[in-house]
Amino acid sequence: MKAKIILKVATRSIMKSRMRSLLTALGIIIGVAAVVVMVAIGDGAQQKVEEQIASLGSNLIIITPGASNSGGVNRGMGTFNRFTWEDVDKIKNEATLIKGVTPIVFSGGQVVGGVGNWFTRIQGVSPDYLEIRSWPLASGEFFTERDVMARAKVCILGADIVKNLFPNDDPIGQQIRIRNTPFRVIGVLKAKGQSSVGTSNDDIILAPSRTVGDRLSGDHMRIGSIQVSAISNDKIPAVIAELKSIMRESHKLTQGEDDDFTIQDQSDLSETATATSRILTILLASVAGVSLVVGGIGIMNIMLVSVTERTREIGIRLSIGARASDILVQFLTEATVLSLSGGVIGVLLSFLIAYLLNNYTSQSAYIRPQIIMIAFGFAGAIGIFFGYYPARKASALNPIDALRYE
Amino acid sequence: METTLIKTVNLTKTYNVGEIDVHALKSVNITINKGEFVAIMGASGSGKSTLMNLLGCLDMPTSGDYFLDGINTSKLQQNEYANIRNQKIGFVFQGFNLLPRTTALENVELPLMYDRLEKVKNHQKQATEALKRVGLGDRMHHIPSQLSGGQQQRVALARALVNEPSLILADEPTGNLDSVTSVEVFNLFQKLNDEGITIVMVTHERDFAAFAKRIIEMRDGRVIRDAKIKDRLNAEEELKKVIAEAEIAE
Ligand SMILES: Nc1ncnc2c1ncn2[C@@H]1O[C@H](COP(=O)(O)OP(=O)(O)OP(=O)(O)O)[C@@H](O)[C@H]1O
Ligand SMILES: [Mg+2]
Repeated sequence: MKAKIILKVATRSIMKSRMRSLLTALGIIIGVAAVVVMVAIGDGAQQKVEEQIASLGSNLIIITPGASNSGGVNRGMGTFNRFTWEDVDKIKNEATLIKGVTPIVFSGGQVVGGVGNWFTRIQGVSPDYLEIRSWPLASGEFFTERDVMARAKVCILGADIVKNLFPNDDPIGQQIRIRNTPFRVIGVLKAKGQSSVGTSNDDIILAPSRTVGDRLSGDHMRIGSIQVSAISNDKIPAVIAELKSIMRESHKLTQGEDDDFTIQDQSDLSETATATSRILTILLASVAGVSLVVGGIGIMNIMLVSVTERTREIGIRLSIGARASDILVQFLTEATVLSLSGGVIGVLLSFLIAYLLNNYTSQSAYIRPQIIMIAFGFAGAIGIFFGYYPARKASALNPIDALRYE
Repeated sequence: METTLIKTVNLTKTYNVGEIDVHALKSVNITINKGEFVAIMGASGSGKSTLMNLLGCLDMPTSGDYFLDGINTSKLQQNEYANIRNQKIGFVFQGFNLLPRTTALENVELPLMYDRLEKVKNHQKQATEALKRVGLGDRMHHIPSQLSGGQQQRVALARALVNEPSLILADEPTGNLDSVTSVEVFNLFQKLNDEGITIVMVTHERDFAAFAKRIIEMRDGRVIRDAKIKDRLNAEEELKKVIAEAEIAE
């Protein structure tokens, strides 16, 4: 038979049994859309995590106290386990390939001012902080190195603090009390949104590192980490090596002694984070896989239910002169047309869902082309196989046996 | 000079049902010439349908040979079988066997689609003519469920005719029809036979067999009688008669 006639026969047959065709296509549509959307949600989450890590600042390197593999090692008394101002100054003075360095002095407490009070994180940092974290100010200005050395009582508010304490006024120039110490607000940070773990990045107050260290932390002053930004991405390994030797010197570690600090760059950070979100992707993909199988069983069911009717149809066609190959080609074409159109609709549907998720919910979805291919291929294979298999059996029958089939 | 169209030599068909062998046809030898109109009769289960299916190349004999137009069909490949069904034979079933949800026109077009030689270029035109020939020019776009039994059987007949076969086989074509409609169908058969088409049909009723030219009787898978019909009925006249009777009855 000519291709034109085959297509004609197949499309006629599809149109004659609209319900069956629709249900078959529906199985594929749902299967494909489910897989693509589920995986897209997983990938979207992963991408969001990666974006957030990137938003930590470009070329960020973080030094934290304690060895990365300190677990099994018994560290004796007097081991250097805290960072000091000297560590920070030494890096600042000696490191050559860095744009900036800041200690992060952790504190926190009740803040009173504006319309009420608020419990929040307070971080003591250096003026380099903004550049290191690529976090611009919304208004006002940042403090200077002189403010740091003078332990000036000035601070920068995160967007959440402004929202809660100064919903109506401009906070710049206002006085607030952090743990009973008065501070003057000199700047406001741009809103950054949620972090990967779901907490707000904007629920924070920044103040000069030494102010926080000496006035707010008391005896328990703790430099939680030292953050550095390299001058460029490809210099990161060199910077890490440099920092390592500066820190070892500063901590007077002798040869053979282990590091008492850990240096991480973003690739280390993103590895852990993506590992977590990859688990999510796998989880969603397995749910999607199940729906694909369920969709496949649906297709199977419909195809098998219609076997009697179809076998009689095949008997009629054979009795008026169709060859077994004509029947096979017809059914194969039919199944392919249904599977392809179902697959295309499924993919379009998943694009629509992804669009809605991205634009109207906090969930993000990212569709990878490979997933489309996989879902499409799998659903298509199921559709084609179950369209083809009954036809294969029936077309091998004598016409009269196919006509009598029940 | 008469030419042979159908010749069977010891045609035998045995069905296996579990452990039992059903001998549906036992060494049947018949010869049918071109232009004949044969009625096959016999009790239920005597093997009429089995014989028709073999003659129609819808089934394979257990043993014996079947020559159609001089060709020994038992030597043929599957595809050549399909070609014979498509080109040489028009088969009419008792149960019509039309494709459901498919218009009369599309049903009649079907055999043309499977014609590898593509003798006919304009399928629709050819199918329309076949439908007109059976008097259904005004029902072309009806689907089977919108047609009466007689009309469905005429669609099936149009489908059998559309490829212009030399042989029409009909297994109880009027088995599901009332007597007036049956006579109408036989009227068509007689006209086609007058045009030179060979017809072999199965019927249960002796009255209807009288529309044919020759009668073959079967019993238990064998031919027990083979005779010319002397008082052949003309379906056209019978039709007038039954219609007149029906009018009187009203
Ligand atoms: N597919 C089959 N499998 C097994 N036995 C069969 C099959 N088809 C027919 N038979 C048997 O073969 C015999 C002949 O059947 P066939 O259908 O040819 O009879 P028939 O003369 O057409 O009868 P009827 O007038 O009732 O249509 C019967 O005994 C029947 O039971
Ligand atoms: Mg029968």
